[in-house]
Amino acid sequence: MSRIIRHPSRWRRAVWAGVAAALLASGAGCKQKMSYQPRYDPLERSEIFADRSSARPIPAGTVARGFLRDDPEVFLGRKENGDYVTEFPFPVTEEVMRRGQERFTIYCTMCHGFSGYGNGMIVQRGFSPPPSFHDPETREKSAGYYFSVITNGYGAMPGHAHQIPVSDRWAIVAYVRALQLSQNARLEDVPAEHRKDLDAPPTATAGPASSHSPANSHSGGAH
Amino acid sequence: MAQHFHRSMNTIAKVSIFGAVFIIGFSAWLLLEINRSSNVTNVGIALPQPVQFSHQHHVAGLGIECRYCHTSVEHSAFANIPPISTCMNCHQQIWFGAPMLEPVRASWKSGQALEWNRVHNLGDYVYFNHGVHVQKGIGCVSCHGRVDQMQLVYKDQPHTMEWCLSCHRNPAQHIRPRDQVFNMTWKPEDIGETQATLGARLVKEYNIESARKLTSCSTCHH
Repeated sequence: MSRIIRHPSRWRRAVWAGVAAALLASGAGCKQKMSYQPRYDPLERSEIFADRSSARPIPAGTVARGFLRDDPEVFLGRKENGDYVTEFPFPVTEEVMRRGQERFTIYCTMCHGFSGYGNGMIVQRGFSPPPSFHDPETREKSAGYYFSVITNGYGAMPGHAHQIPVSDRWAIVAYVRALQLSQNARLEDVPAEHRKDLDAPPTATAGPASSHSPANSHSGGAH
Repeated sequence: MAQHFHRSMNTIAKVSIFGAVFIIGFSAWLLLEINRSSNVTNVGIALPQPVQFSHQHHVAGLGIECRYCHTSVEHSAFANIPPISTCMNCHQQIWFGAPMLEPVRASWKSGQALEWNRVHNLGDYVYFNHGVHVQKGIGCVSCHGRVDQMQLVYKDQPHTMEWCLSCHRNPAQHIRPRDQVFNMTWKPEDIGETQATLGARLVKEYNIESARKLTSCSTCHH
């Protein structure tokens, strides 16, 4: 038989040592090390880099997989010869229009107003008023021009490329076209079977949902 | 030989055996309650920030939509804090000289990011995903409270595991139509429904997983 069995007190000591170690280990758990693992959350502070940012700037010329911008009509709103495109480089469906309405409401109404007259809340608070989408010269601008202005900005308006993805910028342009049509429409433009709807009170479910009250949503049209 | 203990110790000894159960129970309850208190969860406590940014002013006062700044919330696990360029969209003109905005202008000029203190910070062992919650119809307000009424943003809900599970066990009680996720004041009564019937319908419509799967460890800890 082995010697260990002849010295049971060693076992007892080992058990007590184990219990003490377990207690110490459970105490160490209170440091919450699993909560603060040695990896970065998005935008977490870093001590490694001089600017204390764990999010590093992307080196110039980097193309993310699937983000190669090889079609100037889609990504720049311009043809090969540099002219703005006049047609949308994709089919404009009802889905696109609804998306455009929603995105216009989120990103554009603050200055351009809900109906595009350029009287949004930020303009009311003193920002340079943008031209109305319903001025004759604004109406004449091509689709590619609108896309380019959203992307790069124009005058006081900064580019919104970092906030609005390419497909949404195009959807917004499509919706601006619909706004322009709506503000210059005649009764004859409305299909005969829908003309009676014009006198009906507006329904609460019309348009995309947002936190704005209906009174706010349509104030831009009171011209 | 005299008695070491007074006769009354008999009673005290018996009572303390019985009382130990209550003492242990009370200690356990106290620990749990401390863990749920705002001392630990930070509920209702606004943290110091580099700029006194008011959501109440920007959201309720001006009507800026959540996604104007938090652009990634619909498709990313992380709802981004906006870059300074988003602030400067308006503040290049509005309140341009305000002393309150000096840190914003300094950051814009130097390129050095503002260091906000994170208000909602889950443990690194939780892999929370904003995108899936937004896509499945959980409103901002359900987890973040009335941010549109907060001058300085604070945690409205405890964000403990117990709290997460209360919804994962029965998502129907909180789910809402996708197009109302960003609406701070939406109620099921607005569309003539009750949460019970609407929730049950939307859980099916949005293909929400079973409570068994939603409460599985690896759903959040993977």
